[in-house]
Amino acid sequence: MLKHESIEKHVGLMALLIILVISGGGLAEIVPLFFQVSTTKPIEGLKPYTALEMEGRDIYIREGCHVCHSQMIRPFRAETERYGHFSTANEFVWEHPFLWGSKRTGPDLARVGGRYSDDWHRAHLYNPRDVVPESKMPSYPWLFKNKLTGSDTAAKLELFSKFGVPYTAEQIDSAQDEVSGKYEIEAVIAYLQSLGKKHSEYSNKR
Amino acid sequence: MSPFWSAWISIITLAVIFGCAALLLTISKSQKFKDTTEETTGHVFDGIEELDNPLPKWWFWMFMITIIYSVGYLIAYPGLGNFKGVIGWTSTGQWEEEIRHADATYAPIFAKYAALPADELLKEENRPGLLMGQRMFANNCSVCHGAAATGAYGFPNLTDTDWLYGGSVDSIKATITNGRVGAMPSWASKLGEAGVRDMASYVLNLSGAPDIDAEAVARAKPKFQALCIACHGADGTGTQALGAPNLTDNVWLYGGSYEKIAHTIRMGRAGNMPAHKDLLSDNKINLIAGYVYSLSQQQQ
Repeated sequence: MLKHESIEKHVGLMALLIILVISGGGLAEIVPLFFQVSTTKPIEGLKPYTALEMEGRDIYIREGCHVCHSQMIRPFRAETERYGHFSTANEFVWEHPFLWGSKRTGPDLARVGGRYSDDWHRAHLYNPRDVVPESKMPSYPWLFKNKLTGSDTAAKLELFSKFGVPYTAEQIDSAQDEVSGKYEIEAVIAYLQSLGKKHSEYSNKR
Repeated sequence: MSPFWSAWISIITLAVIFGCAALLLTISKSQKFKDTTEETTGHVFDGIEELDNPLPKWWFWMFMITIIYSVGYLIAYPGLGNFKGVIGWTSTGQWEEEIRHADATYAPIFAKYAALPADELLKEENRPGLLMGQRMFANNCSVCHGAAATGAYGFPNLTDTDWLYGGSVDSIKATITNGRVGAMPSWASKLGEAGVRDMASYVLNLSGAPDIDAEAVARAKPKFQALCIACHGADGTGTQALGAPNLTDNVWLYGGSYEKIAHTIRMGRAGNMPAHKDLLSDNKINLIAGYVYSLSQQQQ
């Protein structure tokens, strides 16, 4: 039997035992997910983000939208009534990183695509209080001034194709032309309107 | 899940639980439950000594309870690989049960109101139906049209009697179900900037605004007759089938100032009401339409 004292006096042994203990949870809960069909096979008909949506997604991350908005609908009626079908793991296979978020200051956005018009998104992102007077979301007026150059859009798609997202060579080649010169707001709206619209497996009718 | 991963999860989980139990029992056995002592472990650091006392009993038993609870939990609920748990719980199953319960509760209520003609819904005894519509409006529509349905710049006010696509219950239902897309083209190239400004004067004049430059109106008149009447009508009262607004009233979706009207003519407009047929059931659309209809009825 190991003596308490010998563990305390041998740093290497203690480190080894600590690693053994804390890896138990990860080995049982995380590692098997890397090998499950339900978490590694994309949902039927899933489409990758277009170049413009990909840029919009990066702006979404840059502005920290995921800090206040989740993209994960839980399987409770209270959620599915409001947001649509609950989220499943196979919808996120091509998300790097996933943007589930962990807190809802604003509503969940997992299926916000098509819910509001482009005009509404413009008005709302320019100044949320113009359309929702009680909103405390910040304004993002610079999205209407900044233009995309698209200089690294192709590199982003290429990286994602290394992650297993099926981008074609043409998509990667035309990525820069597709976004260059567009305003950031266009990219963000393209991304928001794509959320929940990347496959049509689920009915969101409530 | 393959048998390998199922076994992997089960073995690690059980090893951790029983490992904790074994550790706890070994420690308590080796120390027995003795009273607090003045005996030290022999550790001395800067004159501070560590007393050699056993784990307090309440602490020991709290540990044991968590271990016993976890075993019970893993028997009842899914957790050990492919083992489904004896009570057969799943998160999807729980959700389906919630939906079943809600459907059974609300379906008869929806059915009752769905069978009513629109005007019946306005009667006092059917007020609960309207209140349901109001709640669903608040959840689904107020983000654009406002909590009081009074609209915002670019989003129509639903409480007045001015309708782009018609204010009957059926028109409102069609608008909610299939959505609407406005199609005011840009006239900058056809009219030129001077023509756009003349036309803005003409449109303001139609709505009865005072102090309009009569010459500008006269210059714009033949152009209005040539270009605008197809949608807005010869008298400018609009066409609901096309969603072309009435220009003779003083209701403006995109602002009624001279500059705003000129901007609309110059750039065009494409207001978009999203279709809700894939988002809301017919029963819900029915009650929301009833509620929206009731708002304009109160005005009359």
